[in-house]
Amino acid sequence: MSVLLVAEISGSQISIDATSKALAAVSSLGPVTILAAGEGVDPAPLAALAGVDKVLHVEGADYGHQMPEAYAKLLQSLAPNYTHIAAPATTSAKASFPRLAALLDVMVITDVIAVDSADTFQRPIYAGNAIQTVTSTDAIKVMTIRTAGFDAVADGGAASIEVIDAAEAVDSSRWVEDRVVTSDRPELTSAGVVVSGGRGVGSEESFAIISALADTLGGAVGASRAAVDSGFAANDMQVGQTGKVVAPDLYIACGISGAIQHLAGMKDSKVIVAINSDSEAPIFQVADYGLVADLFDAVPALTEQLK
Amino acid sequence: MKILVPVKRVIDYNVKVRVKADESSVELANVKMSINPFDEIAVEEAIRLKEKGVASEVVVVTIGVKKSEDVLRTALAMGADRAILIEAADDVHTDIEPLAVAKLLAKVAEAETPDLILAGKQAIDNDMNATGQMLGALLGWGQATSASALEITDGVARVTREVDGGLQVVDVNMPAIVTCDLRLNEPRYASLPNIMKAKKKSLAATTAAEYGVDITPRLTVVKTVEPAARAAGEIVGSVEELKAKLKEAGVV
Repeated sequence: MSVLLVAEISGSQISIDATSKALAAVSSLGPVTILAAGEGVDPAPLAALAGVDKVLHVEGADYGHQMPEAYAKLLQSLAPNYTHIAAPATTSAKASFPRLAALLDVMVITDVIAVDSADTFQRPIYAGNAIQTVTSTDAIKVMTIRTAGFDAVADGGAASIEVIDAAEAVDSSRWVEDRVVTSDRPELTSAGVVVSGGRGVGSEESFAIISALADTLGGAVGASRAAVDSGFAANDMQVGQTGKVVAPDLYIACGISGAIQHLAGMKDSKVIVAINSDSEAPIFQVADYGLVADLFDAVPALTEQLK
Repeated sequence: MKILVPVKRVIDYNVKVRVKADESSVELANVKMSINPFDEIAVEEAIRLKEKGVASEVVVVTIGVKKSEDVLRTALAMGADRAILIEAADDVHTDIEPLAVAKLLAKVAEAETPDLILAGKQAIDNDMNATGQMLGALLGWGQATSASALEITDGVARVTREVDGGLQVVDVNMPAIVTCDLRLNEPRYASLPNIMKAKKKSLAATTAAEYGVDITPRLTVVKTVEPAARAAGEIVGSVEELKAKLKEAGVV
């Protein structure tokens, strides 16, 4: 058995945290080769991850832009050498891995949360309301890993780096532009602390009190679907089944009722705090610490206390 | 320009799902079923393109049990022109895998020759997020997933995609497959006259066998269980107490 793990790379930027957690998930399956595909990538940090057998480095603008047609074609050419092809379940892998699987005539297994054996995996269905264990009969397992539940591996590896050729270009689609929100705050999916606001926050301006608490704790800012739909927060801040899945050490939900779809995105957090004026809100059923209070009083007060 | 929209019948998103006692799947018998919400957005987008004069015909297709006809009628009532039902299962608990669905849809696309396939980004039952991408691969078409905006000009679909860091804009040559995310549009409600009219629209029924596609699943379900519940927490009385608890837990 041998594993090809596709590193999450945008442009030249490697997401070490996501890649390292996915590595932890698949390392029991056999020697792991990491694919570093991007534009201007320095693959050294990937070679330094503990337990990596080899790093394949390939350059191409389409890989840097995470174009699924080009990615799937590249992976198809590498596939015969591996029993498992995996990647963290980012929007990039979500676009390219099913495409790859169809090219290989295998079924894709997305959002894996546990690897039971070489052919048996667990994944959430129905927005995390059920967990399904599936066994694959396909020769090559193509899968994406939901990284929230895995711990990153340590450094200490010294894998060799081999440069490979890009696959033939695909001209069916072209990258136009990225509209990326830049922020000094940590990335939502890898932050140790996440402070989220819901419909109860009431306006885009009021989200400043959520941000202030997040900044005091060095955390990221999240939002519920209701807050996003109401225009209080940007969609890339959305935590939940239709947004991002997070599992920080501390998750503080402010003015969030706790709809099933939101819980699916944060219920694996280590410590959950809920601040809500409605004592009946379902969020209190998953919270370790609940505070029934007006968030406009409690959140600034907590920020002040923690400074 | 012709648009093909695949739709799926799933548990209504407002229904609380329950795992079956034998752990084989989620209970679907006597549960309210509806059109997959993301597919409804795809139908709405197709109809809007027709209303703008960009598209000339909207064809909807579903694969599943005979009852899946319901979601085709919903799409027809919204404004789709005609529908195709591919019967592929007798039991509502049989979930046809995305790979098999993509193979059947590829056959439909070969016969219908649409310029654009608009699909939901994922079905809210198996949450696989795969069918559109797989169909793109089988047809050799370009794809754009998780669309939050779509513009068609001169045989090119310009798609704004929801990605991890924000948004990405791509141009895809047509024929193309685009999968729809939540913010693309807000689907309309079908009016009563349109629901009545939809009953007279063409609905062609066929079977998976007629397409000669092998739909044998590649994944075997070992078990389906409820997620582990979190231990009950405690209600604190004040911000001061909350701070003390968080210090004690070592998270601040």
